[in-house]
Amino acid sequence: MTNITKFAQRLGNIPPLVNAIFTLWIPAVWISCLLAMVIFADLLPLYDPFESDFTALKVRGSPEFWLGTDVLGRDIFSRIIYGSRTSLTVGFFAPVCGMLIGLFLGIVSGYYRGRLESLVVGLIDIILAFPNIVLAMCILFFAGASIVNLIIVLSITSIPANTRIARASTLTYAKRDFVLAARAQGASHLRILWREILPNIILPQMAYILSFMSIIIMIEGSLAFLGVGVPPPTPTLGGMIAQGFPDINTDPHITFLPALFLFLTVLSLNLIGDQLRSRVAVRESAI
Amino acid sequence: MLKYIRRKLIHLIPITFAVTALSFFFVDMLPGDVADAIAGVGTDNSVIDEAAIEEIRKDLGLNRPVIVRYFSWLAGVFTGEFGKSYQTGQLVSEAIAIRLPVTLQLLIMAQFLAVLFAIPAGIITAYKAGKFTDKCITTITFAFLAAPSFIIAIILAFLFAVTLNWFPATGYIPFSEDPLGNLRSFTLPSLALALIEWPILSRVLRNDLIETLQQDYILMAKAKGLSNFYILMRHALRPSSFTLITVIGIQLGNLISGAVIVESIFALPGVGTLLVNSIHSREILMVQGIIVIMAIAYVIINLVVDILYGVLDPRVRE
Repeated sequence: MTNITKFAQRLGNIPPLVNAIFTLWIPAVWISCLLAMVIFADLLPLYDPFESDFTALKVRGSPEFWLGTDVLGRDIFSRIIYGSRTSLTVGFFAPVCGMLIGLFLGIVSGYYRGRLESLVVGLIDIILAFPNIVLAMCILFFAGASIVNLIIVLSITSIPANTRIARASTLTYAKRDFVLAARAQGASHLRILWREILPNIILPQMAYILSFMSIIIMIEGSLAFLGVGVPPPTPTLGGMIAQGFPDINTDPHITFLPALFLFLTVLSLNLIGDQLRSRVAVRESAI
Repeated sequence: MLKYIRRKLIHLIPITFAVTALSFFFVDMLPGDVADAIAGVGTDNSVIDEAAIEEIRKDLGLNRPVIVRYFSWLAGVFTGEFGKSYQTGQLVSEAIAIRLPVTLQLLIMAQFLAVLFAIPAGIITAYKAGKFTDKCITTITFAFLAAPSFIIAIILAFLFAVTLNWFPATGYIPFSEDPLGNLRSFTLPSLALALIEWPILSRVLRNDLIETLQQDYILMAKAKGLSNFYILMRHALRPSSFTLITVIGIQLGNLISGAVIVESIFALPGVGTLLVNSIHSREILMVQGIIVIMAIAYVIINLVVDILYGVLDPRVRE
C-alpha cells in the first residue's frame, strides 16, 4: 500500500472531534468575531469608512492600513466591517421574517389541508416563478433601496422554502396520536396548533435558518454588486467588489478581500447550519 | 398519462394568470410611472409640469382604470405586443427577441456543463459514500455552495481572462459569424453559472443514489456478478434521477438570477443586461415584459419537468 492511499485512508476516518473543529468550531469562532466587530464597530479604533486618504490610493496591506485602501483611498478593513454590518443586518432580519411567515403558512396549510392548502401551494408556486434576484431588483429600484425595503423583499424570497419545510413537518405531526388525544380531550384547533404542533416543529425550522441567512447574504451581495442594493456611500461588500472590479488586473486586492470575507462568512454559516440540521432536522426528502 | 397532463395544465391556468397580474401590478403600483419618466421627474428637481405629464398620461392611456390597463396589457402579452420603449421607440418584443438567443445559449450551455460535472460527481460520491473521495468532493461542493455567482464569475475572469488570457473577458460574437469565437466568448459565463449549479445537483443525486444502492435488486445485480460500473449506470442511475430532474426545474429560477449577474459581468448582450439597463433607465414597459416572460418561462419549464417526471416514473401519474 502506498503512502498516499494510507494517508487517504487516515483522512477518510477523521475522528469526530477533529471533524467538529473544522465544521463547527472554526466557523462558529469566525462568525462570533465578525459579529462582535460588526456590533462594536463604532467603538473599535477603525478608520472612518467614508474618509478618503488621497495620499494613499490603492495601497496594498501595510501596518498602517491592514488590508490596504481602495480606489478612493478608503481603508478596506474598516469598509469591510461596516459593509458586513449591512449584510448581517439584512441577513438576520430577512430570514427571521421569512421564517415567521413561512411557519404560519406551513402550519395552517399542513393542518387544515383542503382548499387552504391548495391556495398556499399555489402562492408558493407564484413566488417561485419570479427569479429571486430579478424580483428583488425590480422592487428595490422602483420602491427605493433602503435596508428596510431590502429586508422586506428578501423575506418574500425566503417564504416558499420555509413554508414547505413547516408544511412537511406539520403533516407528519398532525397525524400523531398525541394530537388525536388532544382532540379527544376537546382541545380547540388553535390550541393544538399552538401547544401540540408548534413546539415540535419549531426546532427543525430554526435549524434551517442559518442556511437561509447564507443565501440571503449572497443575494444581498449580488444586489449590491449590480448597484441596486443599499446605495453608496454606505459601504456594502457587493458594492466594494463592484468598485474594485475595473482595476482587477492591477489591484486585485480591492476586489478579492471583500469577496473573501463574504465567502468565508457564507461558508461558515453553511457549515454551522449543516451541523445543526443534521442533528435536529426533518428528512430532506420529506420536503 | 393524458389525464395527468391535463391535470397539470389546469393547474397552470391560475398560476399564469396570477403571475401576469403580479408582473403588471408590482411594477405598476410602485411610485413613478412612465409619464413621470418621460417628463423627466425623478432625475432632477426641476420644475414639474403637471399639465405636460397629464398630456403624456392621456397619450399612453395611463389615465384609464388600472384593471382596464391590465387587461389590455394582458391581451398584448398573449399576442406578443408589450408596447415600446419610450426612449428609443423600439418595440419591447423586438428588443427581447434580439437578446433572447444569447440568454438561452448561456442557460443551455450552463445547464449542460452543470449536469456534466454533477452526474460523475454524484455517482462517485454515492459509490464511495463516507470514504476519502466522497469527503473530498463533498468539501469542494460545500465551498462552491458558499460562493455567490458574481464572486465565481470574477475569479474566473481574473484567472482565465486577465492572468492567463485564454478566453475573452467581455464581448459577444454571434454564432453565425464565428462559431468557435462564439463558444469561446460563452465559455467563462456558462462555466460561472455551471459552477454554482452543479454542487446542488450533485448532492441531490448522491442522496438518491445512496438510497437506491441499498435496494434488493442492486444486491441481486451484484450477486449475478455484474460489474460495479454496469450496475451504477444501468440499474441505479435512472431510478435515482427523478429528484435531480425536478431540482433542475426548480433551480431554473436561480439560474436565471445568476444569468442576470453573469451577463452584466461578462458584458453579454442578453435579456439580463437588458433588464438591468431598463431598470436603470426606468423603462417600465420593458421591465414588465421581461419579468413576465421570465416568469412564464419558469412556469412552462416546470410543467415540462413535471410531465417528464410522469413519463419516467409511472407512479406519480396515479
